[in-house]
Amino acid sequence: MIAAIAFYLFAAVVLLSGAMTITSRNPVHSVLWLILAFFNAAGLMLLCGAEFIAMLLIIVYVGAVAVLFLFVVMMLDIDFAELRAGFVRYAMIGLAFAVLLAAEVVIALLGWSAGGLKLDQRIAPTPDKMSNIEAIGHLLYSHYLFVFEGAGLVLLVAMIGAIVLTHRARGGVKGQKISRQVARRPQDATRNMQPPVGQGVEL
Amino acid sequence: MTSWFTYLGMDYGWAWFVATIIDILVIALPLMLAVAMIIYADRKIWAAMALRRGPNVVGPLGLLQSFADGLKVFLQETIIPSAANKGLFLLAPIITFTVALIVWAVVPFQAGVVLANINVGLLYVLAASSLGVYGIIIAGWASNSKYPFYSALRAAAQMVSYEVSIGFVLISVVLWANSFNLTAIVEAQKGFAWGWVNGNFINPLLFPMSVVFFISSLAETQRAPFDLTEAESELVAGYQTEYSSMSFALYWLGEYANVILMCALNAILFWGGYLPPLNIGWMYAVPGIIWLFIKILAFFFLFSWVKATVPRYRYDQLMRLGWKIFLPLSLFWVFLVSGYLMLTRVGIGS
Repeated sequence: MIAAIAFYLFAAVVLLSGAMTITSRNPVHSVLWLILAFFNAAGLMLLCGAEFIAMLLIIVYVGAVAVLFLFVVMMLDIDFAELRAGFVRYAMIGLAFAVLLAAEVVIALLGWSAGGLKLDQRIAPTPDKMSNIEAIGHLLYSHYLFVFEGAGLVLLVAMIGAIVLTHRARGGVKGQKISRQVARRPQDATRNMQPPVGQGVEL
Repeated sequence: MTSWFTYLGMDYGWAWFVATIIDILVIALPLMLAVAMIIYADRKIWAAMALRRGPNVVGPLGLLQSFADGLKVFLQETIIPSAANKGLFLLAPIITFTVALIVWAVVPFQAGVVLANINVGLLYVLAASSLGVYGIIIAGWASNSKYPFYSALRAAAQMVSYEVSIGFVLISVVLWANSFNLTAIVEAQKGFAWGWVNGNFINPLLFPMSVVFFISSLAETQRAPFDLTEAESELVAGYQTEYSSMSFALYWLGEYANVILMCALNAILFWGGYLPPLNIGWMYAVPGIIWLFIKILAFFFLFSWVKATVPRYRYDQLMRLGWKIFLPLSLFWVFLVSGYLMLTRVGIGS
């Protein structure tokens, strides 16, 4: 009963905030609706019993990716007239994606009505007496070790690539040398003087 | 509690629902009281270190000062800047306040006394603390004012940076305890040092991480010396500049609820949580919640002490500490702890 109420609540909010993401005029509002959608999707996953994935969704997407989105969107100088001018240009591409997505939904529904997947007959069913975080760990670090490490390698390469692309040596920047700042003593920086009245101090 | 309501004739679902709501109130209301008293304690400690008296007029020893302040902001007018984005402007303090409260759901007060004993407890804590940044970013953006926006950008960068090292510190604790569940993490700290001491801090492999976690939790809650978001000489009052009355009070409460939470996490992860400090029979006669309280208060004293004595960091120093020192250190420590566990406990759970 409560699970059903929670499911319909989360599902309704996901749909609503998804719709608001694409319809709201202000891009910052769009990102915030997107975050709400992520958050409620995590709620749906909790209801499915996938608590590890739900937490990762919040930590990674809501906690990191969406913050970056928000940063970028806040910094943008948005001209609404220009946005609307672009609408016609991209309308056909958008339409193509919409058709693609609709086709996928239809295929999924057809497949589902044909009987769906037998979840208990997977190659590696979730073992009993094991939380799904342990089950995922066991699979990732044994069965799918090379795929997992391959994914890690791809991320590493992407990270190094991003640093190489954005890092450039700029002239005229005064860097902070922490070791020099820490090593500096009061004697090096100040002098105690007793100048006579009416005369300044030679610096 | 659920069984008591089912005994009254409710079906299980409703009994659980009512019992959970009562449990939430049982945690949240004393927490609000604790926040009021801890604000008073903070001001008193701070004053004592500066050789001042601190609040001493309202009530005996000034004990009612926080309540008087609360009443005052309650009676003030809520001012919403005309250029502000009204909905988001009002939503932001509510987010901060709510996020500060929801983490308490997984905090174990005693063996088995916890609102939600979930097996991903620590991940839940990380997830909720990563939500905290939104209250601040939204406030900065919705205020439509320069200083709050600068402050929000600073706060977001700071919280995201220090969450990285906090994550790795948590991983080394999780590796040691072999569980993400906070109760299990506390139980795993029983009997270190030949069975005498309860707490990860005595473990030479985890002690450095407890220091890193303490400093990171100062940065995560934006307390001094990392309070650049409210650096009054540069940014007026930071992201709170445009807030007044109750919306300001919500920030105030949320901030201190977060501070207490971070103290509790320090206590739970490294100092044995609800376990007594020494693993001696008679010490278990004192209820666990009292030990947890003593530890939280001790950590809060440390927080206040740091606030009263340490000067504010420069922004580049803050980022350097987070990314160039804490991140490599905690990453290396994950490697070290897992290597040690591979050597000594290999085969467990496989």
